[in-house]
Amino acid sequence: MAEDTTVDAAPDVVDDGVAVTIDGTEVRARKGELLIDAAERHGVYIPRFCYHERMRPVGMCRMCIVEVDTGRGPSLQPSCMLECTPDMVVDTTSEVTRKAQEGVLEFLLVNHPLDCPVCDKGGECPLQDQTMSNGPGESRYIEQKRHLEKPIPISDLVLLDRERCILCDRCTRFASEVAGDPLIHFLHRGNHTEVNTFPDEPFASYFSGNTVQICPVGALTATSYRFKARPWDLTQTESTCQSCSVGCRVAVQASRNEVLRILGVDVDPVNWGWLCDKGRFDFEAINSDERLAAPLVRQGDELAPAGWAQALRQAADALSGALDSGGPVSIGVLGGARLTNEDAYAWTRFAKGVLGTDNCDAQLGDGLPPEVVLGLPRATIDEVCRPGGTVVVVGPDPKEELPVLFLRLRHAVVEAGATLIEVAPARSGISDYATVTLTHRPGEVAEVVRALVGETGQSSDLGGADASAVGRARALLDQADGDVCVVLGRPSVAESADFVTDAASVLQRALPGARFLSALRRSNVHGALDMGLAPGLLPGRVRLEDSGAEFAEAWGAVPATVGLDAHGMLTAAAEGRLSVLVLLGADPLADFPDRHLAERALATVPTIVASDLFLTESSARAHVVLPAAGFAECEGTTTNLEGRVSVLGQKVTPPGTARSDWMIAAELARLMGHDLGLESPAAIWDEICTLAPSHRGVTTDLLRSTDSDAGVLVPLEREEPAPADVDSTDGVAAEDVAEAAVDQAAADDTLEAQAAEAEGVAAAAEQVAAEEAGELAEEAAADGPVEDGAEEAVASRGPATLRFDGIPAVTLAPRDAYSLRLVATRKLYDQGTGVQQSAQLAPLAPGSVLRLNRYDFERLGVEEGSVVRVASARGALRVPVVVDAGVPRGAAAVYVNQPGLAATSLVDAAAAVTEVRVETGIDS
Amino acid sequence: MAVTDAPKMITSRFGRDDAHTLAGYEASGGYQALRKALSMTPEQVHTQVKEASLLGRGGAGFPAGVKWGFCPDGVWPRYIVVNGDESEPGTYKDRMLMERDPHQLIEGVLIAAYAVGCAQAFLYVRGEMALAQERIAAALNEAYAAGYVGKSILGSDFSVDVVLHWGAGAYIVGEETALIESLEGNRGMPRLKPPFFPAAKGLYMQPTIVNNVETLSNVPWIITHGGEAYAGFGAEGSKGTRMFAVSGHVKNPGVYEVEFGVTTFRDLIYAPVYGGGIRSDRQLKAFIPGGASAPWFYEEHLDLPLEKVAVDKAGSMLGSGAVVVMDETTDAVKACLNVVRFFAHESCGKCTPCREGTTWLERILSRIDDGYGRSSDLALLMDVCDNISPGIAWPPKQTTICPLGPSAVSPISSALQRFRPEFEAKVAAATKARADAVAVAVDVRTAVPHG
Amino acid sequence: MARFTPENETVAREILSRYPVPKSALVPLLHLAQEQDGHVTRDAMVHIAELVGVTPAEVIGTCTFYEMFKMEPVGRYLVNVCTNISCMLMGSDALLHHAEERLGISAGDTTPDGMFTLEGVECIAACTEAPCLQVNYRYRTNVTNESFDSLVNELAAGELEDEIPPHGTLARIRQHIPADRAAGVAPPDVNRVPVWMQTAVADTESPAGSEAN
Ligand SMILES: Cc1cc2nc3c(=O)[nH]c(=O)nc-3n(C[C@H](O)[C@H](O)[C@H](O)COP(=O)(O)O)c2cc1C
Ligand code: SF4
Ligand code: FES
Repeated sequence: MAEDTTVDAAPDVVDDGVAVTIDGTEVRARKGELLIDAAERHGVYIPRFCYHERMRPVGMCRMCIVEVDTGRGPSLQPSCMLECTPDMVVDTTSEVTRKAQEGVLEFLLVNHPLDCPVCDKGGECPLQDQTMSNGPGESRYIEQKRHLEKPIPISDLVLLDRERCILCDRCTRFASEVAGDPLIHFLHRGNHTEVNTFPDEPFASYFSGNTVQICPVGALTATSYRFKARPWDLTQTESTCQSCSVGCRVAVQASRNEVLRILGVDVDPVNWGWLCDKGRFDFEAINSDERLAAPLVRQGDELAPAGWAQALRQAADALSGALDSGGPVSIGVLGGARLTNEDAYAWTRFAKGVLGTDNCDAQLGDGLPPEVVLGLPRATIDEVCRPGGTVVVVGPDPKEELPVLFLRLRHAVVEAGATLIEVAPARSGISDYATVTLTHRPGEVAEVVRALVGETGQSSDLGGADASAVGRARALLDQADGDVCVVLGRPSVAESADFVTDAASVLQRALPGARFLSALRRSNVHGALDMGLAPGLLPGRVRLEDSGAEFAEAWGAVPATVGLDAHGMLTAAAEGRLSVLVLLGADPLADFPDRHLAERALATVPTIVASDLFLTESSARAHVVLPAAGFAECEGTTTNLEGRVSVLGQKVTPPGTARSDWMIAAELARLMGHDLGLESPAAIWDEICTLAPSHRGVTTDLLRSTDSDAGVLVPLEREEPAPADVDSTDGVAAEDVAEAAVDQAAADDTLEAQAAEAEGVAAAAEQVAAEEAGELAEEAAADGPVEDGAEEAVASRGPATLRFDGIPAVTLAPRDAYSLRLVATRKLYDQGTGVQQSAQLAPLAPGSVLRLNRYDFERLGVEEGSVVRVASARGALRVPVVVDAGVPRGAAAVYVNQPGLAATSLVDAAAAVTEVRVETGIDS
Repeated sequence: MAVTDAPKMITSRFGRDDAHTLAGYEASGGYQALRKALSMTPEQVHTQVKEASLLGRGGAGFPAGVKWGFCPDGVWPRYIVVNGDESEPGTYKDRMLMERDPHQLIEGVLIAAYAVGCAQAFLYVRGEMALAQERIAAALNEAYAAGYVGKSILGSDFSVDVVLHWGAGAYIVGEETALIESLEGNRGMPRLKPPFFPAAKGLYMQPTIVNNVETLSNVPWIITHGGEAYAGFGAEGSKGTRMFAVSGHVKNPGVYEVEFGVTTFRDLIYAPVYGGGIRSDRQLKAFIPGGASAPWFYEEHLDLPLEKVAVDKAGSMLGSGAVVVMDETTDAVKACLNVVRFFAHESCGKCTPCREGTTWLERILSRIDDGYGRSSDLALLMDVCDNISPGIAWPPKQTTICPLGPSAVSPISSALQRFRPEFEAKVAAATKARADAVAVAVDVRTAVPHG
Repeated sequence: MARFTPENETVAREILSRYPVPKSALVPLLHLAQEQDGHVTRDAMVHIAELVGVTPAEVIGTCTFYEMFKMEPVGRYLVNVCTNISCMLMGSDALLHHAEERLGISAGDTTPDGMFTLEGVECIAACTEAPCLQVNYRYRTNVTNESFDSLVNELAAGELEDEIPPHGTLARIRQHIPADRAAGVAPPDVNRVPVWMQTAVADTESPAGSEAN
C-alpha cells in the first residue's frame, strides 16, 4: 500500500494532540476532535440528543452545552460542534452548565407527551434517562402540549409520532447524509416544525429502519416491533447479519424464545451501526409458521412428516446406494452459503472425506470461480473506502445486493473525497455517486476494462461504452492517489462469469498494486468457499491437488479428482449422471441463472436430499427434507466478503426438531460408518484452525476476545500484493502450468479413479498429487530454473494458498443486430424466503418489467407499459416494457427472482450471453 | 439641540422622483465612484473603506472594512451577498434605499465586489417588498445594458454578475448564516459560528461577504470623497451618518439620516426636524433604541449620543436604527407580549431553548395579559428567560445558536424590571378573580341544606 | 395548471442559469409557481424538484419554512395587516378588528367569494407610517378604518387591477441578464483567482510566498 499521507494518520500528530482540561483533569485530545468525543473517550459523558458520531454535527438540541474557557472567560458552548483547542478548560458540571442543561431538558419536555408507559422507547430512551440524570425534576409548563395525529406511517416499515419528536434532525440527517434518500424532511417552522414526507411520497428507502434505531425518543417506531415488548423483557446477543455477505454486526434481541428485534452494532471496519431494512426486518422469517420443524420424506407425490432416524437413514441409504452404483462422482452437494463456517466445514469433510465426491459448490452459477474470489489480493471495506482513494466497481449494484457496502462507498465518495469508477451493464444505485459510469453491452465488460486501463481490445466500439467517458475514467485511474481497489462481482446472471474473470485478469495485470473486494452477495458464501465447498478446493483456501495429501491424512481420504461446479452438477443431473443431489439451503429453481436446466436436473435426479429452513420451490421436490437451524438459532462463525470471521450468536432455539447442518453431516457420516469426531461448533473450529492454512491462529479465544468485536480478518498475516514485476515471471508460469495440469487431469480423468472405494481415495489422491507435483516440477524446470528461495518459502509456509493469475482473453461472437442482449440483475427485495416470510417485506418485492433504452424502445413502436413477448433460444415470457435511460442500447434488462416473472427461464447457462428478441402486438 | 448640517450621504437623492432610474442616478453623479474605484487597485479601494471605519448597519455594527479582510487567502471564488431582508420590527430604511436609490446600492455592491475579489454577487431582497424588487430588477437591467454590471465592466477586466434574489417571508433569514442557507435553497436556519463565519465559510462553503443594504449604500460616497472625509463625520466609535426610523408615539414619525454621535436620542425624538416630540405632548414611557431585539431605554437615556459604544455601554444597542417610542399610555405588558410573540413566531425552530422557550414565554405573557396569570408567573418568566440567555445580561449570553432566542428576553427583562407593578397588578387581578370564582363555588355548596 | 407552463418553464430555466448551484433557485421557482397558480401546488413542487434535482420532500421542506408560500388557494387579494410593535402602538389591533368586521371573516380566512384573504402579519417595514398593511405586497400606509373601507371597495370594484396584480405576482419586472453582458456564474468548486485580482494577488501573495521559502 502506498503511504497514507493524510495528516491524521501521521503518528506523531496523533500523539501530539492537544491538551485540554475537562473537569479539572488534563487530558489529550486528538487534533480536530470534537469536545464531546474527547470527553467521552476520557470517561466524561456529556448528555446529547442531536449529536451522532456517524453524522455531521448540527448543534441544534443544545443539550450538550458546557462551560468552556478558551482564554476569554467561560462561555456556554455546544460540545458537539466545538473542536478541542490547546489549553481549553471545560467544566461539564458547573452550576451554569447544570442549569443550562436542566433548562434544555425542561424545554424539550414542554411539548413531549408523558406517555412513557405506552411508548416503545420507554426504558431505553435517552430523553427519559437524561431527564433522570440531568433534568430539572419537574416541569412548570401548564399549558396545552402540541397535539398532532398519533402515529402516521411514513413508509411501509416505519411509523412517526410527531408529538414525541424532539426535532433532533437525526432521522432527516440520516436520510440525506447517510442514505442519500432525502425523503423525510423538516416541514414548517419554529414551534410548528415537524418531520414529514412529501404528501403521498413515502420514505421508501432501503435504510429507513436505521432512523428508528437512532431516534433518541419514541417518535419513530418500527411497525414490526410496535407494542411487542418492553426493553427490560428483552435479552440480546451479538451476532452477524446473514442477509448478505457484508456481515453487519447486529444485536439480536428476543423475548420468550422469539426474536423481536435486530439492531445494528457500530463496528468501525464494517457497518458503523447501520443496517439495511432487509437485514433489520427479515428476522420475521425466523418466527414464520412455515418454518420446517420436522423432517419430511417423500411418499409418492407427498412429503410426509418423519422422524430424524428414518429421514437420515433414508438419506444415508441413498448416498450409500449412489456410491455403490455410480461411485462418488454420482453425488453432488449444492449450496452451503447459508451455513455457518462450522457447518460448511463439516459438510466439506463429509462430502470430500467420506463420500469422496468433489462435486460441491456453495455458489449457484451466479457467482465467480473460487480462485477469483479467494485468489486475488483482497481488499477490506476500509481499504476500498479509503478517503481520497480510487475504487473501480465491476459488479452487481451494491445498493441492491450489498446495501451497507453501498452506504460505505457512498460515504467515501460524498464525504471523504474518494473517486468511484463504475463499470456496469446498466446504471445502478451507485451510479449517482460514481465519478464516471461506463455502461457496457452484456458480455463486454472486459472490453471496457481493457479500454479503461489502456489496453487495446477486440471491439472497435469499446464494448458499447461512451468513448469520452472511458477517457475521463482512464484519466482518473492515472491520477489515482495510492493503489486502486476493485469491487468485483457478477453484474448480471444472464452472461457468463468468464467475462468478469477476464476483466479481473486485465485489472490485475494493469494495476499491479490493486486489491479486490469480492461482491458475492449470499450470506456466508465466502466462508463456505474458505471451508472448501467448491470443486477442487479444500478448507483454508488451498487446492485439492496442492493439499490433498495433508487432508487425506487428517480425514482419511480426499476425492481423487476435481469435481463439478453447480452448472456441471445440474447438467450431470439433467443428463442422468447424478444419483443423489444434496441441496444445502439451496434453491436452484429460484437462484440458478438457467431455470430450464435446474428444472430438468431436479426432475431427473433420482434422489434429492435437502436441508432447509423452508420448503422452497426446490426443496419441495426433495425426497428427504431435513429441517435446519438458521440465523439466531445456532452457534458458530461466519465470514464476510472481506474474509472477516466473526462470531454468530444463538438467541433462540430452532423450531421443532430442526438442527444445525454440521450435526446433519456428522449424523449421516456416522450412519455410513464414519465417526467424524465433530462434537460442537467450538470443536469444529479448533479443527479448522489446525487444518485450514489460511485460518491458522484464528482461535476461538481470539475470536471471542473483546478486541475482536468486529471479527478477525483471515489470514492473520495479510499477504501483500505482489510487486508489479513479479507477476510476469516464473511464478505465474508455474501456476499456469499447474492449472493446465489440473484441467487436463479433470478432463481425461478416468472413471475408474472416481469410482474408487472411499478408503482407496486417499491413496489415489496421494498418487495423483505426487504425480502432478512431479510433472509440475519437471515442466517448471523445463521453463527455466526454479528459484530456491521460492521453493523454500513454499515449504516453510505449507501449501500456497489459492492464487488467481489471470486467464486468456475471452472472445465473444458479435451481436446479431436484430436481437438484444439480456441483463438480469437483482433487487434487494425478491422472492427469497427471508423477504417472503417477513410480512413487512414481502410486499416490497417490486416485480419486474422489461427495461429498454429509448432508442430500442422506440423501434418497437409500443406504448410505455404495454406487454411484449421476450423470447430467447431457451424460452419466452410476456412482460410489460418501459423506457430506462440507464440501460445501454442493444441491451434488455430485467430483475430476477421477482414475483410474476421467471426471468431465468430465458437464460442458457452454457451460452456466453443471452440474446433475446422482443415481439409486440401480443396484447390480449 | 445638536442637529448638524452633515451632508446626506445616502439619502441625498431622496428628493428626486427619478433617482431610481439610471438617467436620474447618472444625472446626480451616479457611477462616478465605480469609475474611480476601477482606476484604483482593489487593495486601495479596500483601504478607503477601512479608513472610513464604516460600521455595519444590519444590527451588529461590525466594521465592514475589517470584515472584508477576513476572507482567507487563496480561497476562490468569493461571493458577496447583500442583506436586504429588513424585517426587524421598527426598522425601515433598507426598503427606502432599495426603492428610491437602487443604483446607489448596486454601485456599492460592485465596488465591494471589486475590492474583495468577489466573482458573483447576490442581492437578497425581502420577499414582501415587491416594489423594491421591481425597482432593483429594472435598475439592474438598465445597468447591465449600460455596461455597469456584468462582463468587463466599463471596459475593465472587472466582471461580476449581480443576481437579484427574493426571500419569502421569514425574519430569521436576516441573520447572515440563515440568509446564506436560504440563498442555497434551504430552510433559513442559522449555522453555528464558529466554524461558519461567512467570510471564511459562507455561501456554498466559500468565503462570502454579507453586508447590509445601508452599509453598502455608503460605499459610493466613501470612494468619491475618501475614507478620511467620511471618518471626519460622526463620533469616535461610529463614523459617518446613519438612517434612523423613528416610529410609535411621536408627532413626526419618519426616517432620518443623522450624523452619528453628534445627535442624541432626545434630538431624534423631540427635535422639530425629527420626531417632533411625543404625540399630544404626553410623557415618554420607554423607547426601544435599536429594533425589537434591543433592551428598552427610558427617560434617563435620552441624552445618550447616537453612537455605538455609548449605547452598548448603557446596556442596549443601536441595532438596526429603529427607535420605537412608547408614551405613558402604553400597556407595558401588551407591548412586551407583542414583541415576544414576534420572536416566538419567527424562531426558526433549530435550537430547543428558542423553539420551545420563546413560545412558552409568549404563552405565559398571554395568560397574564388575559387575566389568567399566577403569582409565580413573574419568577417563571425570568427563569425561562435565564434558561435562554443565562444571566440575562447585556451583551446577552445564549444557550442558542443565534441571538434570536435571547432577543425575546430583552423586552421581558426590560419591562419586568421597569414596570413590574403593571405585571403584578394584572396577576393580582387574576388571582382575585380566581378567588372570587372559588368563593362563589363555595357559597353555592354551603348553601345546599344539610341532610 | 399545476406544473409550469412551457413559458414559465423557460423562465424557470433562465432563473436556474443564474445560480452556480441549482438548488439556490428553489425559492425563486416557488415564487414563480405561486405567481402562476396563486398558490404553490403539489405538482408544481414535483416539477421544481425535477428542475432543481432534489426530492419533492426537500422542496416542501423549504417551501413550508416561508410565510409567503401558500399551500392552499388564497383570495385574489391577500390583505396583510401589520400587527407588530410600531403599528400596534398606532392602533393596528383596532384596524385588524375593523378589517375582520368589514370583510366578515377572521384573520387567516378567505371571503366566500374568494376575493379577500385577511392576515395579521409581522412587521412589513413601514413602521413610521403606521398602521400599515399590504395588499398582495403593495403598501397602504397610515390606514384608517375609512381608508380601509374605500380600499376594499376599490379592490372589489376592480379599480386597482393595474396597480395590484393578483396574488402571487411580486415584481412585474424580471431581471434579465443579456447573454453578451453576462459575467457568468462562479461555481464554488473552481478555485480561480478573478482576473482583476490577479495582479493584486501576485503583488501581495508572492512576497509572502518567497519569504516562506
Ligand atoms: C435574528 C437576526 C436578524 C437579523 N436581521 C437582519 C436584517 O434583516 N437585515 C440585516 O441587514 N441584518 C440582519 N441581521 C444581522 C446580520 O446577521 C448581519 O450581521 C448583517 O447582515 C451584516 O451586515 P453589516 O455588517 O453590513 O451590518 C440579523 C441578525 C440576527 C441575529
Ligand atoms: S436561536 Fe432561534 S432562530 Fe436562532 S437558530 Fe436557534 S432556533 Fe433558530
Ligand atoms: S448534541 Fe450538541 S447540540 Fe445536540
